[in-house]
Parts: sequence; structure tokens; C-alpha cells
Amino acid sequence: MAVALLVVAVLALPLAFLLTEAAGAGASNVWHLIWRSLTASLLWNTVRLTVVVTVLCAVIGTLTAYGVERTDLPGRSVWAVLVVVPFAIPDFVVSFGWSSLSTWVQGFRGAVLVMTLAVYPLVYLPVAASLRGADPGQEEIARSLGASRLSTFFRITLGQARRAILGGCLLVALVILAEYGAFEILGFQTFTTEIFTQFNIADTSVACALSLVLIGLSIVVLVGESASRGGGRVSRTGPGAQRVLARRRLGRARLPILIGYALLVLAALGVPIGSSVYWIFEGGAHSLMGASLGSAALHTAGYSLGAALVATAMALPVALLVSRHPGRVHRLLERTTFLVLAMPGLVVALAISYFSTKYANSFGYQTAPLLVLAYSIMFFPLALVCVRASVAQSPVSLEEVAGSLGVRRLPALLRVTLPLVAPGIGAAFCLVFLSAVTELTATLILIPTNAETLATQFWAYQQNLSYGQAAPFALVIIAIAAVPSYVLGRFFDRLPRRGLAQAPGVVT
Amino acid sequence: MRGLLNLVAIAVLALSVAACTSGSPSTASGQVTITLYNGQHVQTTEALVAAFEKATGINVAVRNDDEDVFDAEIVAEGQRSPADVIFSENSPALEYLQGRDLLAPVDRSTLARTPGKYNSPEGDWVGVSARVSVLIYNPGLIYKSALPTRVLELADPRYKGELAFAPGETDFQPVVTSVLRTYGKATALKWLDGIKTNAGGHVYPDNESISAAVNRGIVAFGVVNQYYWYRMRAEIGAGNIHSRIAYFVPRDPGYVLDISGAGILKSSKHQAAAQRFLAFLVSEKGQEIIAHSISFEYPIASGVQTAQSETPFDELEPDPVDVGELGTGAQAIALLRYVQLL
Repeated sequence: MAVALLVVAVLALPLAFLLTEAAGAGASNVWHLIWRSLTASLLWNTVRLTVVVTVLCAVIGTLTAYGVERTDLPGRSVWAVLVVVPFAIPDFVVSFGWSSLSTWVQGFRGAVLVMTLAVYPLVYLPVAASLRGADPGQEEIARSLGASRLSTFFRITLGQARRAILGGCLLVALVILAEYGAFEILGFQTFTTEIFTQFNIADTSVACALSLVLIGLSIVVLVGESASRGGGRVSRTGPGAQRVLARRRLGRARLPILIGYALLVLAALGVPIGSSVYWIFEGGAHSLMGASLGSAALHTAGYSLGAALVATAMALPVALLVSRHPGRVHRLLERTTFLVLAMPGLVVALAISYFSTKYANSFGYQTAPLLVLAYSIMFFPLALVCVRASVAQSPVSLEEVAGSLGVRRLPALLRVTLPLVAPGIGAAFCLVFLSAVTELTATLILIPTNAETLATQFWAYQQNLSYGQAAPFALVIIAIAAVPSYVLGRFFDRLPRRGLAQAPGVVT
Repeated sequence: MRGLLNLVAIAVLALSVAACTSGSPSTASGQVTITLYNGQHVQTTEALVAAFEKATGINVAVRNDDEDVFDAEIVAEGQRSPADVIFSENSPALEYLQGRDLLAPVDRSTLARTPGKYNSPEGDWVGVSARVSVLIYNPGLIYKSALPTRVLELADPRYKGELAFAPGETDFQPVVTSVLRTYGKATALKWLDGIKTNAGGHVYPDNESISAAVNRGIVAFGVVNQYYWYRMRAEIGAGNIHSRIAYFVPRDPGYVLDISGAGILKSSKHQAAAQRFLAFLVSEKGQEIIAHSISFEYPIASGVQTAQSETPFDELEPDPVDVGELGTGAQAIALLRYVQLL
């Protein structure tokens, strides 16, 4: 409990920083900075982008998940991996790949295309997991009661997956609100890009004022998602016996659907990788080529592993608190942590620097631990989602049995609870690692002097138009991130179907 | 349970890697290390630093970011700033620090290497290299003869939808300051409104994006510094170049010389080593590195001329506005904010 509250307090640091800065600038000043026509145009750009991309991701993510989980699509297990791996490609690499392909890819349409391709796996993963866990019997009953295939899909299948779709959409929307690199490359202005510009002209108060608007937007998104979740039970009463599910025959639609999958993978995976390879060969004669590639990869791996560990460790107590002691306050607490996801990395980094220089005698300033802390704060919600899913599935009765047998709380936690939630911990670890590998903006601020990561090096070269030198860094990022994203795909793929969690390692 | 132990083992390993690799700029066996906040182009600085380390045995820990970010950081860090030297692309970033009394005086012998008009008027930073603002255009979209030749013409309604510029870019603010200085506030504001309308959606975050966009035919022409075009040509190959550059008429307020310079922080505990680094930047050796580098900046000290095939420095005819008049850029930012470009 106390640990969970401490975690939440750490997560609140960025918000505390924003409010302090805004208060320093004065309420009327902040209001003037917000109440301008520039804000209106940024708001229009940000909102329309978020809405369009979220809808597209919902459609693509749900359809691909349905195809993999419920139809006789050929090569399902291969597609199940291929459609997840794009998540491992940093958004700025996707936009670099696409924008170097055609001038059509720029501005609003470019942003829609690139972001959809970069983040639809956030919908695919939970939807695929929920379709897998849901009872296909309900579909059969609906069919037997005379419902058409289409209406069965809309009324039963989508109903079963509704929460997963909404949860995925929530993540997509929040991630888009905080995105920077991709939009800078595409020349599309949103709140976040403007926050960067303002910070770049050394005006933190404006940057903070705009960040507060951004947080307002993400609160709207969160409330909207909560409201549309609604009631409605999608579970069934007893675990029952699972039988092999009759997959829907695609029949004549098989070929077009296969082509659809191939095009999606080509667009999301082929284009960024292909253009990186192209630039390695086509790049300028001055290419110094990867002397720093190895050291950057080492730094990236080190910081990201650290962040994965810390964020997962932070997520566990909060997940336990929320699941074991459900209640309105705890629920609200959990939802609030999602706000962090919509905060640009820059803001989190500034907050940490601020507290370090102002209140901690520059303790840890520009050192690895603070960078790891920033990553952990930024990606905490992702870790929480994974750990929480596993905690919810692990029966509290086992802990109670341990307690009744005289095992004290901490040993019980280590010996009973942890093994039960191990799959969720593994997934959280992978997801945070993956996100940290591709992180750019907080890294630029907090990275130790003389160190560099793959992302900062890619960015430096890309910014310099040294595409030939940037490309190898993009490829190494993809290579490093592909491993955990594969593991992650497998995790969701193997999510226990019903009832007792079949966590590996339950038997010790 | 074993899986979990593995996880912990990996994590511990990771943390120790992270700890080991976090290159701390502390000194080893009495060797001095200075920390450089570098807003200049990474490759040029790398070459300069490598030569300096070899010549003096002093280590330089380099941190790369935008000069404005460094300004904000240095102010926030105060007396505890880890930085010894700041090397910026434009004079306003240095003037800003000088205005806050954060820079230490530069050795006279170092200042003497650079023509006085390119140094800090107060002697707190030294000019190292220079660039000049130009137009980059795509001949497939606009004829050279149709291009504006004076900065005020950028606001002409006939260029609607054809102009690109980067209001947040530190290279653009000197142009605004220069227009303000020559024509006054009313005209400057009207001009900014005009170019804002003309740019429409083509407001970019930086000069590199403008160069790439014009070269690819997304927009007809834009305001950049000359060297971005040369760098782009060097990086992507002459075969991929579909753009050219054009100069404003001599002494037009849009034709601005931007000075890149370096200063030493008052809070630095390595004043002597930092002074040596600045002296090296403007020495013949340092200037030759700049002259031959692919940054395509003009060396301005020790009489060195650029080795690259671009318009020679002494043939440029920029507006006579000087670094003191360019100031900290605060006036330009205020105007840009007033017309809601920032």
C-alpha cells in the first residue's frame, strides 16, 4: 500500500512541475498564452489526427486480430508475429522511411498514414488476446438463433472484444498526443511539436501552458473511454470445457484477405526497413559509418533494461493494490497514471531535471539513473496494463491459503503471487524495454554527457540529412526491438484461456 | 520461479552495464576533462575536439543539443552547471548568456584572432565561423527570375503557398531582427503577417526540413542559411539535388551574416583548459578544420579561407547589421509571438 502510494507520488512529479511552472508564470499570463488562435489551430490539428488515426487503428487492429484468431487464414502463426513486429519500429523511422519514398507522405495525410502503421498493434494485441479468451460458443448460439454472419460479428464478436478495442484505442490516442519525432519529419504541427518549439526558444512557461492543454485533452480521452466502456457483461459464468473452435471459413475471400495482410506488413515493416537499406547504399560519400554503432547499442540496451526492470517493479504494487482492494479511489488512481502516457518525453525529462537541480543539489543530474527513472515514469502505464491483466487472473484465494498456512505476507508475495503473475511481468518487461529502445526526446535531455543511444544518433544524423549514416542506427533499433516484440506477441498469443492462470512456474 | 530469477539476473546485468557506460566526465589520473555543450554541427565539432585532444592532452566531454536548449539548461543549472564551454551556431544564444552574466571574459589573444565585429562586444565570447541567409528554390516549381530579390517581397501575395520558413529556428530570428532594425516595428509585423499567409501549411521546424522539402518539390522556395544546401548536396549526392540557392540583393536586410561562436561559463572550474579550447577553435589549425569540413561554414579567424567551392567569404555582401544589434533574439521572438507564428 505504502509502496504503491510512493509510486504514484513519483508519477505525479511531471504534473507537479507543470503546475509549479504555470503558477510561476501567473494564471492570467498562462491564460493569454493558451487563449490564442495558434492554440485553436494546434487543437484542430491534434484532435482530427487523433480521431482519424484511432478509428483507423481500431478497424485495422480488430480486423487483423479477427482474421488471425477466428478464421482459417493460411499462415496464421506467421501473420500473428508479422503484424505485431511493426510496433518495434520507432515512429520516426516509419515516417523517415515513408517520407523518403514519396512527397505525397507529408502533413496531415502523411501523419495519418505513418501513425496508423506505427501504432495499430496497440489495438491488435489486446483484441487478439480477448478474442482468444472469449467464448466462441456465444457466436454459435447467435447463429443457431438465426442471426446472420455479419450481425453475429457486430453483435457478439465485437461485443466480446469491445473492452479490448476501447483499451487499445485509449493507448493509441494517448501515444499520438505525445508523439514528436514523426511529426517533425512530416512537417505536421501538433501540440507536442509546438511544445518543443517553445521549449527550444527557451520559453518554458509557454511550453508548460501548452502541456496543460495537452493533459486536458488526454483527460477528455480517458473520460470518454471510461464512459463508453459502460456496463454489460461479456464473461460467462463457469469456466466450462474448452473445445477446439470451429474457425470461420474464408472461402473465396481468402486471396484478397491474404493480399490485405501482405500489404499491411509491406507498408508497416517493408517500407521502413527497405528505405533504411536503400540509404545505406545510396547515402553520401562522407558516411563515417557506425564507429559509434556498438557503443550506442550498448547504451540503448543498458538504459532500456534498467527501465524495464524499474517500471515493472513499480507496476506490481499498484496492480496488486487496485486488483486486491478495488474501490473508486484506487480505480481513479490507476486511471490517472495513464495521463503520463500523453505527456511528451520532453516534459517528463524537464520535470526530472528541474527537481534534481532545484531541490536535490543536482543529485544524479545527467546520469544514467535519472534517465532510467524518466523512462520508468513514461512507460509505467504500459507495464501496469500487462501486470494488471495477470494479477486479475491470479486467484487471490491462493494467497489467502498461504496466509492461513502461516506464511507471512512478503514470503507469500514472493512464493505465491509473483509466480502467478510472472507472464504479465514478462510482458511488462518486454513492452517497457521496447518503448525505451525507441525513446528519443527525454533521452536528448537526460542522457549522460559523452554517451549516445541508437535513437539519439539516428536523430542527429537524420536531422543533418545524413540519411546514409542514420540508416544503420534505424536497422539496429529494429533488430533490438524485434526480439521483445516477438516475445510480446507470443505472450498475448498464449494468454491463458479461462479461469486459473496456467502460469509457467506455478509448480516450484 | 526460475524465469523470474533469470529476469532479475538480466536486470542486474543491465543496470551494471548502464552504470559502467554512463561516461562520467570525471578525471582519471590527473588528466583534465572539460565539458562542452555543443550546439554546432556534430561532425564539425567531433573533428575539432579530436584535434584539440591530440594537441593538448585535455579531454573534452561533448553534449549535443540545440543551443536554445543549452541556454535554458545553463540558466537552470546555475552555479552547479557541469558545462565549461558552450559552442553555438548563432550569436544570440551567447548574447543571452552574456546578458545574464554567466560568461567569463575570453583571453585577449584569442579575441584578436577574429575580426572584432564578429566577437562579443563585451569580450565574453569569440566568433568562430559564419554563414549567410539565402533562398533555396526548386527550379521545377519556380523560375529564378520569378524569385524575390529583397526580403520584404517574401510577403508579396503572389508567393501565396510557395514560401517555406522555420519561425522557431535560431537561424531565422536574425532575419526578423534585421528587418525590424531596418524598417521598424509596424512594417516588420505587416511583413510577418504576409509571410505567415504565404507559407500556409509550409511552416517547418528547422532549416534541414525546409531544404529537404524544397529539394523534393513539396514547396517552391524557402529561407535558409547557405550551408544547408551544400551539406545536403554532400550528404545525398549531386544526383539527388533538384534545388538551387539564390542570394538577396547586396545589403538587403534579409541577407544576414550569422556568427557561430564559443564562450566559457563563469561557473567553470577549468578556466585555463577552457581558454585553451577557445584559442584552438580560432587558431589556424582549428580554422583549417572548419575550412575543410563538410559543414560548409566560413572560417572567419586567423585569415583562413574556406576550401569548399562556394561563393568566397569576401565576395559576400550582407546587410551590415552586427552581432550586438542582433542581440539575444528576444525582440524577434516577441514579434513572432505577436503574429502567432510561435
